[in-house]
Amino acid sequence: MASNEEILAGLAEIVNEETGLATEAVELDKSFTEDLDIDSISMMTIVVNAEEKFGVRIPDEEVKNLKTVGDAVSFISNAQA
Amino acid sequence: MTRKVVITGLGATTPIGGDVPTMWTNALKGVSGARTLEDDWVAKFELPVHFAARASTPALDVLARVEAKRMDPSTQFGVIAAREAWGDSGITEVDHDRLAVAFATGIGGVWTLLDAWDTLREKGPRRVLPMTVPMLMPNGVAAAVSLDLGARAGAHTPVSACASGTEALHLGLELIRSGKADVVVCGGAEAAIHPMPIAAFSSMQALSRRNENPEGASRPYDKDRDGFVMGEGAGAIVLEAEEHALARGARIYAELAGTSVTADAYHITAPDPEGLGATRALKAAMFDGRVQASDVVHVNAHATSTPVGDKPEYTALKAALGSHVDNVAVSATKSQMGHLLGASGAVEAVLTVLAIYDRKAPVTINLENQDPEIPLDVVTTARDLPSGNIVALSNSFGFGGHNAVIAVRSV
Repeated sequence: MASNEEILAGLAEIVNEETGLATEAVELDKSFTEDLDIDSISMMTIVVNAEEKFGVRIPDEEVKNLKTVGDAVSFISNAQA
Repeated sequence: MTRKVVITGLGATTPIGGDVPTMWTNALKGVSGARTLEDDWVAKFELPVHFAARASTPALDVLARVEAKRMDPSTQFGVIAAREAWGDSGITEVDHDRLAVAFATGIGGVWTLLDAWDTLREKGPRRVLPMTVPMLMPNGVAAAVSLDLGARAGAHTPVSACASGTEALHLGLELIRSGKADVVVCGGAEAAIHPMPIAAFSSMQALSRRNENPEGASRPYDKDRDGFVMGEGAGAIVLEAEEHALARGARIYAELAGTSVTADAYHITAPDPEGLGATRALKAAMFDGRVQASDVVHVNAHATSTPVGDKPEYTALKAALGSHVDNVAVSATKSQMGHLLGASGAVEAVLTVLAIYDRKAPVTINLENQDPEIPLDVVTTARDLPSGNIVALSNSFGFGGHNAVIAVRSV
């Protein structure tokens, strides 16, 4: 099971792969839409890649609640528990 | 008074050059872009054809990785060619509400469609990418070019198989003449070197099977021609209302004098053996451009190298040009780069414009024994075209009985 730091690093890699954003820009308090300028289509790609990477399921109706990177890290961490 | 339309920008990415200068140098030299395919799917599916003409510069060498991820390979080629043409036009300021796109494809996002199908079968629906639909749609390339350039006077996608690229120029001319746009970025893009289209074209006996000699496989007008060679890439042309180009002091390559589109209504794939639809298209494009047969010095022929296709085009040229057909320098550039399907008309239009502008006809390679039933004056080494007011024609024909012709005049 991955630590929160490992989940953050893994998410940052996924975001970088999808959007080209530097991994350092992907911080816990950053909003996916407001700060990182990620649109809904990129967000769904990131979600599916995160599911595969961390072995979790992120239901579609949950995605709208993942406003910040920290929300996503917490969700994945809890889902793994 | 009909608005005069001129050509001010050219772009291309093809099997014989990843940009216009490289392509044109090679087209005058006479090279082949066909190669044996190294992909493992050739053996895996036991394809009967083992070669194709890939774009000489991979799209991913030109585009940023992240932007390329959202584009089907056909769109990648289209955007590369459109950016080159736009840069070449020198346009720095434009009324974006008067800028349109007419960008064609024959097949559309076939890689995206079939990759998504493979993903669905192997990994399930959750893994099918959310960008799949906008990437596979045939208007994806026109939409991407429109988005890239901020073209808001409409983004159009004429689809008429292998006549698509030429039909895009026909549409572009109409948009400017009718006053709906002042500038139109026209073109065609295709990326269908995938095992399924190769299998499908093979099963209809359309592809050359000269596996032992890919470079010699595309041989239009040769009596031993046995089919076309799949190519990929894109061509793009900036069309501009003459007054718009003159106002900004643009370099003008040539005038797009006339265009036409006709349909055979004869057979879904076979050309009308008497070339009647093609003849009507040639005559209509010449009429549209006020072109006399004696003005025509050069033809970039459709000439795909199929046994049944090349001859009706000769019949049509003879019918449209009369005895003057003997004085026309005919180039079959698919001999060099294979058949780019929906992109072929756009790339050949770029070559036709350059032939007029530089007054040189490009080379037809692999013509060893000319079919005696097609006694055209085929250009086999680069040839100078005459000075003065000259016109060149470019023909494209597509499955479905589509015929499209453009007439390009010197300025």
